[in-house]
Amino acid sequence: MRSPRLPEPVALIKQRRDSTLAALVGAVPYIGFLGVKFDRRGDELTAVLGYDDKLIGNPLVPALHGGAIASFLEVTAIMELSFNMLWDDVEQGRIDAENLGPATLPRLPKTIDFTVDYLRSGLPRDAYARARVNRQGRRYASVHVEAWQDHRQKLFAQATGHFLMPPRDG
Amino acid sequence: MDQSSADKARIARQFIEAIPFSRALQMRLEEIGEGVAVISMPWSEMIVGYPTLGVVHGGAVSALMDTCGGAAVMSHPQALAGTATIDLRIDYMRAATSGQRITARAECYHLTRSVAFVRAEAWDEDRTRPVAAATGAFTVERITPRDGGKS
Repeated sequence: MRSPRLPEPVALIKQRRDSTLAALVGAVPYIGFLGVKFDRRGDELTAVLGYDDKLIGNPLVPALHGGAIASFLEVTAIMELSFNMLWDDVEQGRIDAENLGPATLPRLPKTIDFTVDYLRSGLPRDAYARARVNRQGRRYASVHVEAWQDHRQKLFAQATGHFLMPPRDG
Repeated sequence: MDQSSADKARIARQFIEAIPFSRALQMRLEEIGEGVAVISMPWSEMIVGYPTLGVVHGGAVSALMDTCGGAAVMSHPQALAGTATIDLRIDYMRAATSGQRITARAECYHLTRSVAFVRAEAWDEDRTRPVAAATGAFTVERITPRDGGKS
């Protein structure tokens, strides 16, 4: 029951967007296993991979496992696409953010292919990633992801992936 | 200074079984030697990426492919011990069946002094329908000839 004239209280807007993000994150067990969290600023997401000893691939160096890095980037890409996909529906009230759960969540994009460039070794500390949707059609999407640690300009990995979007009804 | 392939396989096995992330995913080395590695990973709730269907996340399959690719490089007769991934591309052909173990086989099909080229494939209990395929390039670590030379 929103009035068309009065602006919505900011707390309500934030809560709706945070609930949507939390529902998406909570639905994917692998995100919890990796220990990835998401910072949100408006519709911009930054994924944070909190350092954990289990993420190490080469104990002698030590460096993050290539598979942990690939996983982090793929999780970031899918979350960016999913959050974008739900944004309009949630903002315009077609989907109720408060009642989003594993059972009510729309189907998520599926990875077709994913290519990771390992630019330098991942240090044993937190890592960050942001994804950009370069093209989004009805069926296919192309997404680029960048990951860094200490310096935003000094990427340690990047990836490009193609995704199959879930069929939209109506 | 030639290592026998049995030695190489033994060292590679010890190295792979000590990798923390591979252990966290409960990977098991099935076969290794002569530039070929087979590694498997059980299904578990914590690696699910597609909630309602219990499908394993693509990232976990990537991790299996990456580990298997590295193992294949390490076991190549002409390679030295260490390796790191330069790039890895995965094609996801279908969702892995919920509850089934995933097995990957990687082959280092070409090796230069600096680069190892790898192909890999993964499947679940249905060996005839692959779940994913991968191609990658890995570094070939060289031991710098320091001993006996200038300090």
